[in-house]
Amino acid sequence: MTDTTMYQSSTTAGRPTTARRTGRRATGRRVEPLYYVFLVPTLLIFTAFVIVPALIGIFYSLTDYVGFGDWSFLGLRNYAALFSDPRILESYGFTLGFALVTVVVAQVIALALAVALTRRIRFATTLRTVFVIPMVVSGIVVAYVFNFLFSNSLPAIATAVGFGPLEESILGNPDLAWLSIVIVSAWQTIPGALLVYTAGLTSIPSDLYEASALDGATPWRQFRSITVPLIAGFILINTILGVKGYLGVYDVIVGLTGGGPGTATSSVAMTIFGGFTGGDYAYQMANATVFLIVTALISVAQIIATRGRAVQL
Amino acid sequence: MTTVEAPRAAGPRPSVRSPRPAHAGRVHRTNWPLTILLGLATLTVFVPLYVTLSMAFKTSAQSADGNAFSLPAPFHPASFAEAWSLTRFPVSFGISLAVAAIAVLLTLFLSSLAAYAIARNWSHRFFRWSMVYLLAALFLPFPVVALPQIQLTALTGLDNPLGVGILHAMFQLSFSVLLYTAYLRSIPIELEESARIDGASTWQIFWRIILPLLGPMNATVGIFAFLASWNDFMMPSLIMSDPTLQTLPVVQNIFQSQFGTNYNVAFASYLMAMAPTIVAYLFAQRWVISGVTQGAVKS
Repeated sequence: MTDTTMYQSSTTAGRPTTARRTGRRATGRRVEPLYYVFLVPTLLIFTAFVIVPALIGIFYSLTDYVGFGDWSFLGLRNYAALFSDPRILESYGFTLGFALVTVVVAQVIALALAVALTRRIRFATTLRTVFVIPMVVSGIVVAYVFNFLFSNSLPAIATAVGFGPLEESILGNPDLAWLSIVIVSAWQTIPGALLVYTAGLTSIPSDLYEASALDGATPWRQFRSITVPLIAGFILINTILGVKGYLGVYDVIVGLTGGGPGTATSSVAMTIFGGFTGGDYAYQMANATVFLIVTALISVAQIIATRGRAVQL
Repeated sequence: MTTVEAPRAAGPRPSVRSPRPAHAGRVHRTNWPLTILLGLATLTVFVPLYVTLSMAFKTSAQSADGNAFSLPAPFHPASFAEAWSLTRFPVSFGISLAVAAIAVLLTLFLSSLAAYAIARNWSHRFFRWSMVYLLAALFLPFPVVALPQIQLTALTGLDNPLGVGILHAMFQLSFSVLLYTAYLRSIPIELEESARIDGASTWQIFWRIILPLLGPMNATVGIFAFLASWNDFMMPSLIMSDPTLQTLPVVQNIFQSQFGTNYNVAFASYLMAMAPTIVAYLFAQRWVISGVTQGAVKS
């Protein structure tokens, strides 16, 4: 099975080049009009619903528009104001820190679970079924349930065992509230990452492990020198998708802390949405534009940083 | 086509069994400590679900006594009736279903056609650049376009379930086109060429040959689109102007303000909101898991 997988993946990897080569020869050929019918309507709807609003937002970020009525150009003044606004800087600090911590926590747990689930254990299918359940439930509802656990059950338990620091709800503590958001976000996103890792782990031929075991490699050494390099591509996918999702965190915060206490857990997304009611529409559009650039830069940086690290069989 | 089989075969079951033959005869034993450890780890999933379930069947007095882990005594199923009418469950459930249906159908239809056109005309600049254009949205989070989007949907009369369904499909498009294009590259073009020689038109080829071959990928794209749409809170809560047309996840917020101490009713409602997807998943888990796994392998 593993042999065929290797063979097939090398075929697919080779295919795009072939397609491009034959393609170049055929460039002069006319495209059948029907293909445009297949593609162009989608491009138009996509432009209308995704690209146009983005451009409108970027445009208004250069004005003093409040969401209705007249406006005039401000140039980059909104952007200049952003960088000296403590509320904005705080929201970026929170969002980036949260994304970093959560991606590490979630990926480590997901990988550990995936490795454990592919070992010689009993009930592996049932266990995996259970671990994947959080993937199918709504984030806001899960957050409401955890909200109750954090604000009622956890303090009750802490009081019963006499553990001081947790006797008050962590949701009301500006220094600890972010932990609740990490926990619930990780809880919700571990299953997806787990499935990706399981797919990666099962693609590794078992004879690699046998050979290294004969050479006296310890399980930890096998994990570092065989498992990790061979699933590097999967780690990359998980990390990029994970970070992008965590940077946009919203539902879970609404359900847990509402951004509080104060503005301690206010993410960039929450701050932007405030612009619709807060009267600083144009200002928040400048914020959104910066957010877009930050998100894109982080994704690109991740791709560049990991390029060439993945080992292909 | 052959590439399709690999991830599916490598999916659920063999993941457990594949290491076995390697160690056959030598270490054939089950790793019980690890099994038990994993069993304990499932508590992180079960405890929140158990609390939801037990709270939903408590009386309001018991639900407020501070012990979330006790069993309901007396057993009190009446909270469901109250939650049912407070959230107007049939309406919000129906609207959630309609939004998800619009999102899934649009995603499947638009992205499979677009991916087919792109994959088969890769040599033409227009189609290559269309792909880049669509993929750019992978790095475009919804909050970035949210404010103009709220105004535009209000202006065009799409501040309703239809508009939310379309938006869900649009934000699912990049990922879906990516999955379909990767998959289409693995379908041998000879199949289409021979059909073309037999006189089939491109339209016929798409419907009779490509669409059936896309089967497994349709499932993957559909599952991702459904889960994203059904569980979303951000877009409906921002876009929908009429609160009586809100989706199931959004209406749960009524328990945050008005019915502060009636935890039993709130949890009955949370349970009704969570149960449909959990039950559907438990029945269809093999397809869900192989579908998601395939998405991982293809992307």
